[in-house]
Amino acid sequence: MRKVAAIVIGIVAAAVGGAFAQSSTVDEIAKYREALQDGNPAELWEARGEEMWKTPRGPKHVSFASCDLGLGPGVVKGAYAALPRYFADANRVMDLETRLLYCMVNQQGISEADATKVKFGDGSARRSDFEALAAYVASQSRGVAMNVRVDEPHVHDMYQLGEKMFFFRGGTHDFSCATCHGEDGKRIRLQDLPNLTKTEGAQKAYTTWPAYRVSQGELRTFQWRLNDCFRQQRFPELVFGSEASIALTTYLAGRANGADYNGPAIKR
Amino acid sequence: MADPMKIRANVVGDSTEVKVLMNHEMETGQRKDAQGKTIPAWFIQNVRVTHNDKVVLNAQWGPAVAKNPFLAFKFKGGAKGDKVKITWVDNRNDTRTDEVTIA
Repeated sequence: MRKVAAIVIGIVAAAVGGAFAQSSTVDEIAKYREALQDGNPAELWEARGEEMWKTPRGPKHVSFASCDLGLGPGVVKGAYAALPRYFADANRVMDLETRLLYCMVNQQGISEADATKVKFGDGSARRSDFEALAAYVASQSRGVAMNVRVDEPHVHDMYQLGEKMFFFRGGTHDFSCATCHGEDGKRIRLQDLPNLTKTEGAQKAYTTWPAYRVSQGELRTFQWRLNDCFRQQRFPELVFGSEASIALTTYLAGRANGADYNGPAIKR
Repeated sequence: MADPMKIRANVVGDSTEVKVLMNHEMETGQRKDAQGKTIPAWFIQNVRVTHNDKVVLNAQWGPAVAKNPFLAFKFKGGAKGDKVKITWVDNRNDTRTDEVTIA
């Protein structure tokens, strides 16, 4: 047998002595991410999503080849970098997940209730079609500069609504998004939080979602990210595909304009 | 039936570099569910890699390997167009085999 060098990357919990170890922890987390970059399990979701994209589905037996993500029916390359956008057929600004749902309901004939049964997977047997499809579509924009048309009037309205929501304080904790994401150096436990009021912060954060969450063993979409932020803020549950979720997504995507999309990434 | 693996195999110098992502729960048998019942162990026990039908890696794994495991390794030799075949078997005797052509 030939000599073989093998590496298995497992999940190793780093023991950390306290807040003074903050900077070295950040370095170590960066190293950990780098080590995982090559073997990002997001690719497993991308593969499943690609298969799903090309396979006829639903009562009407239609694939996503007729689904227009803004660049023409079935065009995936670069589509995610220009979402959310205004869709005349739906007369609405839509993000990726909302648009996928629109295609499932209107083209494939799947009822909205069935299509949204599993919005977010549970890291095990309950898997979400949205997470797989989003991984695939987003992966096809890797290296494409974010280009959300914030000058388009409908998108512009959503952007402004999103901005308002970002700074709106409420809930039992009187939190706004900006409470955690409006200053440098904020963190939850050892997790650094991006400062989304700065262009670099918004770009770095937005261009890495959807992402594989190691701690959950699941690929997460931007709808999930916002939903979980709302939970942490003790806000009312953010409804999947709601105007509020799209407005916030539009604001953050618009703030990321100009940066190359770099997802689906891997997060702790 | 388990989901497919994602395999990349590339010639680097005089050896072949293989990177594999496997789709597996890798349940340790140490965790409990919401009802307090132990979730039974379920993990890949054996990984076997062949290059043109010759075994180049045979690994025995335990429950300490993470969910959706990533395996990277090199073996000497291998040329573009050769086949690399990977098979895993888990403790439920479920198995999955995928093959890739070296690029």
